[in-house]
Amino acid sequence: MSATMEGPLLQVRGVKTYYGKIIALKGVDVDVKRGEIVTLIGANGAGKSTLMMTICGSPQAREGSITFEGRDITRMPTHEIARLRIAQSPEGRRIFPRMTVLENLQMGAALDKLAYFDQDVERVFTLFPRLKERIGQRGGTLSGGEQQMLAIARALMTRPKLLMLDEPSLGLAPLIVKQIFEAIDELNRTEGLTVFLVEQNAYHALRLAHRGYVMVNGLITMSGTGRELLEKPEIRAAYLEGGRH
Amino acid sequence: MSAPSRATAGSDIGAAVKDALLAGVIALGLFGPLVGLRTEQNMRNEVVLELHWVTVAVIVGIVVVGRFLLRTVIWPALADRKLRDRPAAGEPGALRQTVGRFLPPAGLVFLIVYPALMLSLFGLQGSLKWVDNFGIQILIYVMLGWGLNIVVGLAGLLDLGYVAFYAVGAYAYALLATHFGLSFWLLLPLAGILAALWGIILGFPVLRLRGDYLAIVTLAFGEIIRLVLINFRELTNGSAGISSIPKVTLFGLYSFDVSAPNNFAKSFGLPMSGTHYKIFLYYLILALALLTAFVTIRLRRLPIGRAWEALREDEIACRSLGINTTITKLTAFAIGAMFGGFAGSFFAARQGFVSPESFIFMESAIIVAIVVLGGMGSLIGVAVAAVAMIGGSEMLRELTFLKAVFGNDFNPDQFRMLIFGLAMVSIMIWRPRGFVSARQPTVFLTERRAISGSLVKEGHG
Repeated sequence: MSATMEGPLLQVRGVKTYYGKIIALKGVDVDVKRGEIVTLIGANGAGKSTLMMTICGSPQAREGSITFEGRDITRMPTHEIARLRIAQSPEGRRIFPRMTVLENLQMGAALDKLAYFDQDVERVFTLFPRLKERIGQRGGTLSGGEQQMLAIARALMTRPKLLMLDEPSLGLAPLIVKQIFEAIDELNRTEGLTVFLVEQNAYHALRLAHRGYVMVNGLITMSGTGRELLEKPEIRAAYLEGGRH
Repeated sequence: MSAPSRATAGSDIGAAVKDALLAGVIALGLFGPLVGLRTEQNMRNEVVLELHWVTVAVIVGIVVVGRFLLRTVIWPALADRKLRDRPAAGEPGALRQTVGRFLPPAGLVFLIVYPALMLSLFGLQGSLKWVDNFGIQILIYVMLGWGLNIVVGLAGLLDLGYVAFYAVGAYAYALLATHFGLSFWLLLPLAGILAALWGIILGFPVLRLRGDYLAIVTLAFGEIIRLVLINFRELTNGSAGISSIPKVTLFGLYSFDVSAPNNFAKSFGLPMSGTHYKIFLYYLILALALLTAFVTIRLRRLPIGRAWEALREDEIACRSLGINTTITKLTAFAIGAMFGGFAGSFFAARQGFVSPESFIFMESAIIVAIVVLGGMGSLIGVAVAAVAMIGGSEMLRELTFLKAVFGNDFNPDQFRMLIFGLAMVSIMIWRPRGFVSARQPTVFLTERRAISGSLVKEGHG
């Protein structure tokens, strides 16, 4: 792996995370470079979401280090990590159900005290026109796909340097998944947004990503470019056969 | 319990009669021994069995007729209404929107002219009860409800010990005014600050707790404060309480003490009466309550208010958006407690006497009930609920006509809690999200539109 001039945007080294006495991550190394889409695939319970939550500082890593832009964020509280512009669209979307679409987006822009709210809202509405139609509707009344779009849009409102998405395709129709992945691709190509994508939907994720990691039981077992991983027979057998739409 | 259609009305009447008679038999079986047979002691200290078959017959009659009406009239009507209402359930009705728009200003005007109205209707002495027992009493609870609404309704932190802050405010005024002779106008902000401080003290240990666990700890906190008030005799005079707390003055210019040279009534040549003071207190608590409402409305539009609401919805999402949940929770506790403290010092000044008796758990429960019944987060709903609960329970004292029905030893006061509970259960059945369930969004692109509570799953937020 060739090191760039300034080093990776996000660097995870030897991270071990525990839930009580149970070890969930057994020493994980991951790099995300500027402008990359990096995906992490793996089966249920492999520790993918735990890694993402550990990067966000909840739970914190017991061993190892996480650096963002060269800064150690391993022991930072979650809200301060978010203030470094690491945006997260968490698993299960976690939008604010009783607040309207617009209010949800406002919460995303709270970091900058709504300074760029108007222009940023226009930007996410061009990306997800469906949200504009639902602007005054409560978050909880949106369909699953719309909620996922809202969760991503809300994360984008924080003007992130790194966007982390936890299973954006979960429980959505293939057509909606396609739309969402296209939107991520577009953001990456036009704005150079760095994306860290945790997915079970390995086929779509690996096709979209520049690089990928495979996680099994709390350890990274394989890594490579998206294309390389897609062609590996063990990956095809474990994650792709029958799973391709 | 299905709704009978009109085509089978004939056979339904038969079924209803059968059903009603069956209910009558059950009622007879239940009430016969319970009410019909009574053992009494006679003059010679013997137990004699008295029979009350007339009472039993009346009860059974009510059950039979009631059950029959339920089957033939009430259930079909309810089912019909349900069918009719279904298509319109999505949006709040036009009527409700109009009411929602005009109720606040109309209510405000009514509250401002209320003492004058009562004076002209009942005279100087007669209006005392209406201004004091109804006006001031209800407004105290409106204010407490609005204060707690910040914690429970907006920030979603279930606080069952809110009365503790009320107590802190009341004792702060009582102690500082009796020992140091400080004026109400100085002590009011001080009591608010002290209560806010206690809010933060409570806030720290409960930062990690949510839902039921938070409720238990706040409940305990309320009890701790009360027990300290009882047992710290040197300071608080224990359960005997603190009496002869100075009255509020009209900004130090005029006093309401009868003996004072600058007595309000004397200075203006008015007839001496306690009503002047009560009317003054009425406007004072009205102003305090309106301050609470104003601050709440303003805060909801500020980042901190939005953060509270977001916190109520999803704490993890909040943190991932860079919101410091610690500060957000503590400010909610502190600001909610501050208004509790204001209300407390007003309460002490109004009563002239405070004791731990006034700050029992029942008070917290009533305030929480007001917030929940009103609809979490809705100022109008909370006000309506306070009027219904406090005004309603005051009204029950007045139900002396029931003595004509149930005999002279019937005391309607004893049934207050029973009726109160029944009313709460029925409201929760018919309006599970409270009187006003619609939440007003704080930002709009085009027009203001309330969002019906029925669009969102119950128990969310």
